[in-house]
Amino acid sequence: MALIRKLPVELNFGFIHRRGLFFIFSAALFLGSIGLFLTQGLNFGVDFRGGILMEVRTPQPADLGELRGRLNALGVGEVSLQQFGEPTDVLINIAKQEGDEQQQILAIEAVKDALGSGIEIRRQEFVGPKIGDELKEAGLLATVLALLGIGVYIWLRFEWQFGVAALIALVHDVVATIGFYSLTQIEFNLATLAAVLTIAGYSINDTVVIFDRVRESLRRYKKLPLPEVLNRSINMTLSRTILTSLTTLLALFALFFFGGEVIRGFSAGLIWGVAIGTYSSVGLAVPLLTFIKLRRGGADEEDTEAETAEASS
Amino acid sequence: MVHLPRWQVILILLVVLLGVIYASPNLLFSRDQADQMAESAGWVPHQQISLGLDLRGGVYLLSEVDLDYVFAEDRENLAEDIRREFTRDSIGYSDLGDLGDSVGATLADPADADKARDAIAGLSQGLQIDIDDSGVIRVTFSEAETRTRANQIMAQAIEVVRRRIDELGTREASIQRHGDDRILIQVPGLDDPQRLKEIIGKTAVLTFRFVNENVRPGGPIPPSSEELPAADSGRSGLPGSYVVSKRVMVSGDSLTSASATFDQGRPVVSFAFDAQGAKRFGDATRDNVGKLFAIILDDQVISAPVINEPILGGRGIISGSFTTQEAQDLALLLRAGALPAPITYLEERTVGPGLGADSILAGEIASVLGLIFVVVFMVGAYGLFGALASVALFVNLILLMAALSVLQATLTLPGIAGIVLTIGMAVDANVLIFERIREEMRAGRGPVTAVDAGYRRAMKTIFDSNLTTLIAALLLFQFGSGPIKGFAVTLSLGLITSMFSAIMVTRLLVVAWLRSRRPQALAL
Repeated sequence: MALIRKLPVELNFGFIHRRGLFFIFSAALFLGSIGLFLTQGLNFGVDFRGGILMEVRTPQPADLGELRGRLNALGVGEVSLQQFGEPTDVLINIAKQEGDEQQQILAIEAVKDALGSGIEIRRQEFVGPKIGDELKEAGLLATVLALLGIGVYIWLRFEWQFGVAALIALVHDVVATIGFYSLTQIEFNLATLAAVLTIAGYSINDTVVIFDRVRESLRRYKKLPLPEVLNRSINMTLSRTILTSLTTLLALFALFFFGGEVIRGFSAGLIWGVAIGTYSSVGLAVPLLTFIKLRRGGADEEDTEAETAEASS
Repeated sequence: MVHLPRWQVILILLVVLLGVIYASPNLLFSRDQADQMAESAGWVPHQQISLGLDLRGGVYLLSEVDLDYVFAEDRENLAEDIRREFTRDSIGYSDLGDLGDSVGATLADPADADKARDAIAGLSQGLQIDIDDSGVIRVTFSEAETRTRANQIMAQAIEVVRRRIDELGTREASIQRHGDDRILIQVPGLDDPQRLKEIIGKTAVLTFRFVNENVRPGGPIPPSSEELPAADSGRSGLPGSYVVSKRVMVSGDSLTSASATFDQGRPVVSFAFDAQGAKRFGDATRDNVGKLFAIILDDQVISAPVINEPILGGRGIISGSFTTQEAQDLALLLRAGALPAPITYLEERTVGPGLGADSILAGEIASVLGLIFVVVFMVGAYGLFGALASVALFVNLILLMAALSVLQATLTLPGIAGIVLTIGMAVDANVLIFERIREEMRAGRGPVTAVDAGYRRAMKTIFDSNLTTLIAALLLFQFGSGPIKGFAVTLSLGLITSMFSAIMVTRLLVVAWLRSRRPQALAL
């Protein structure tokens, strides 16, 4: 038991030494994601683009070609069909109709009539143009506020230099996740937006743990050069970083494979995000600190304060 | 830290006990049993986690009330009132009418300004009257008046929607005002969501008016009449539209009852007027025997029967070409009353009961498997300590369940995802602590001091890291809608319960183990 004892006790990978490699990788990931977003964009779901989504179950395995022919003949514009989990389950996406909310409702009726009876409508979502725009705005606002809120918190708890590094890593993770959704063209809806924000929370969680250790090591090893301190801090927390990522990923894989079709896109993003968030804490956030002039030295006011606080706790 | 004060031990055990008690209704009883208990048992915890519409199946409808429609009506009425006043006070005017945001007119003689102002001011409170030197009048409803009116319409609309849904026999529907002009309707567990939408969406303004038989449909129509389509237009032998008088003989407001019944084997709706309505209907029909009158619902002519004899009892039937269901729905709408303004649907999310049940099952499987994976991993990695952390993980889930039940927070499918994520992240605090203990031991400390220092030093990190995630979760709660809120709720609650269980519960277990065994070394 206790396999953790088999792990080498003193880990010493040269993370800081190899930072150039990480920075190149991160820059490529970041720019690639932005490029993907600009060229092929996101596959916005019904939440954000407005329109109609129906999940139906047919008595026999669905004949997508035949269904497509029937629905496209309705003249409700672009209808896309996609198998959804079971062979009998079909997801029908209907583009936003010209005109007001009433037109959308008429389109739903037309599709239902065309599908005929005997088909179970398992889910039906309709988002009018007004609400689509509102949800987009609220989503953007939530993302920006979450990033700012987290940045401010780090700034309050650490020195501002840490805040800057954490925020860069955070933006990196969020952009890389957007890139992931753009590359895979997995539907981007309210749930996936929630995934992005959760990733922001997770990634910063990971970063904070290492930053905490950096702060402590800076006080403890006053003579060591900064890169060495940073590298030790990463290595000292490395087993925790890996273990926590693994348990989280285990739970997420359970969700991905068994949690049902509806939230698969959401869990896929979280899995990617947890991996990227873990990488960015180690490969980006901490190495970035080497570029920022951190205050060292013992007679520092804040340090003494913090030490007394710790001693008394 | 290794010496836990007695009161802390008691407090920890008490919290866990309460958690078990409040979580138990979810595990011990079926949903129906719990509903029954809610009626009988007073103080015994019986609340179960309330499931969101995406898990129970149901309809989520966000609708918008067309307030502008009512405001336009108000302005037209105001213009009519002004016309009457001016005529009575012999004030000369021109160009009187609705300007879209105000009522405007021009005085023939600007010297009448004060007289006009008095005449208008007497009509209603909250009118803002501007008259310039050249006699141009602008009358607007004040902002306070507009707001009061909007509130009144919204309250009325919500009341009508509620009556209609109640008439459908649905339990537990939630109907709330949402923002300035929206109503959020959530109805769980419906067999026929389509019917609900149709019933709520009808304005259901019923009027009885005379048919203008002097004018053929399609021809020139006098200003006192209008052409309206027939509800069953296209049926052979009947006209597709009717020219009807704009003047309303009796309106649906005067109905006291309506019910679906059969007349000569055909589904019809029978109705009864109140005394005043009965008198008006009686007078009008007595004077017009042999003529046609129209029964009009939302600007469609349902039927246009001949008045064979005066209808004096205030009772009658509406016979259109109804199916039984349509007759029932019409009766329901007439009983529940008309909406004060038309409503449109902005957003709809309907989940069938089949998908809901599948989602619950998938969520349960994912949670249990996630739990098993994490427990196996933790025990494999940390041995005994991993087992202790797993106990804390169970406690965490129980506390989370209890918190959801007590707060009656709604559990949604993304909410279940939040729980699964919490399972994965909850052990983080323990990993942090255990890794710290390992480090302290490597630094040469004995078991007791290592455990003590491990907990103490990890604490600050745990708080910092959890609070950042909590910030993200709270923002999700604030800005997310529907199911996403559910995710934010379970994630936030899960973070809080996991901090308690990972720190306090494992500490209790570790301390108890240290005391009883007094080990020389830790298996970490």
